[in-house]
Amino acid sequence: MTPRIVELRQGLLKKNDQIAASLRLRFRDAGLFVVNLVSSPGTGKTLLLERTLSALKARGGRPAALVGDLETDRDAQRLARSGVPVRQIQTHGICHLDADMVARHLDAWNLSSLDVLFIENVGNLVCTSSYDLGESCRVALLSVTEGEDKPLKYPGIYNSADAVVLTKIDLAEICEFDRDAAHTHLFDVRPGVRLIETSAKTGEGMEDWLAFLDDRHQAHRSATAP
Amino acid sequence: MHELSIAQALVQQVSEALEGSVPCRVTWVRLRIGAFSGVATEALAFCFEVVTRDTLLEGSTLEIESIPVAIRCERCQREVELPEAPPLRCPICDTPSAAIVRGKELEVESIEVEDQKIPRMEQH
Ligand SMILES: [Zn+2]
Repeated sequence: MTPRIVELRQGLLKKNDQIAASLRLRFRDAGLFVVNLVSSPGTGKTLLLERTLSALKARGGRPAALVGDLETDRDAQRLARSGVPVRQIQTHGICHLDADMVARHLDAWNLSSLDVLFIENVGNLVCTSSYDLGESCRVALLSVTEGEDKPLKYPGIYNSADAVVLTKIDLAEICEFDRDAAHTHLFDVRPGVRLIETSAKTGEGMEDWLAFLDDRHQAHRSATAP
Repeated sequence: MHELSIAQALVQQVSEALEGSVPCRVTWVRLRIGAFSGVATEALAFCFEVVTRDTLLEGSTLEIESIPVAIRCERCQREVELPEAPPLRCPICDTPSAAIVRGKELEVESIEVEDQKIPRMEQH
């Protein structure tokens, strides 16, 4: 029997993209600015987020965080100390968050009472790049301890980032971190991307990072205003 | 490894597309995967084997068309394909460009399906 051909022509992540699109509408209606934070494990993402949440709260903001983790709730517990609403998404071994997981964990929250939501993705630079979470802004982290060529190894995620935060710059000298090489490699995969140098430990660069968030938040507000 | 989630999504999408049609089995699956899609094709092929067991897709051939990265070069005023990426730089004039026009695909293009004859019940 001759086989028949069925044309499908559809994205393999169609379902995720549909849920992400409805999340994006929901965030817009609630006036919520959403940041998807992605990195490898050990880049200091949780510390950066902890300091960011505290700083935003101290300035009268209403931030919150969703924390993706493979099994434990250690990061969520640590972030909860900043006194802002924090919820954990246990992925049970799945190496990335998807839009459905995010949607299912928003139910108990009144989104209109928040202004910025951070989604701390699972520590993974490969899988996280394919999944839209309905975020307004995607930020990839790169730590000075990881080596300057990281962007070349994971071009997909750095290419899809709206900004890159260089973390642990207090260790740059000890690690003999080559700034120029890092810039070059980053620009090879994402020409012109905004790079923000920070140390959550010493506080260096945190003002730049917060100013970046403010700028993007403002731009997002004007772009989505009714 | 998100290739497993992607392979599962593929089986689900194909099964949904064939829902309500005559009994059949899938013999061929064609995907288009961009070089910047973040998917490892070998891992995807491996997961495909595993997740298609006991489904309509069991035993089907997986064909993956790899899509190279192409960028829009503002200086040359045209789309250029990059034989190697990164870097995202025009191979003609060396200008960097973040405007990717191809290479992020993660799509199922088409499938081939063999309809199965419904066996007649023997009359006694
Ligand atoms: Zn050119």
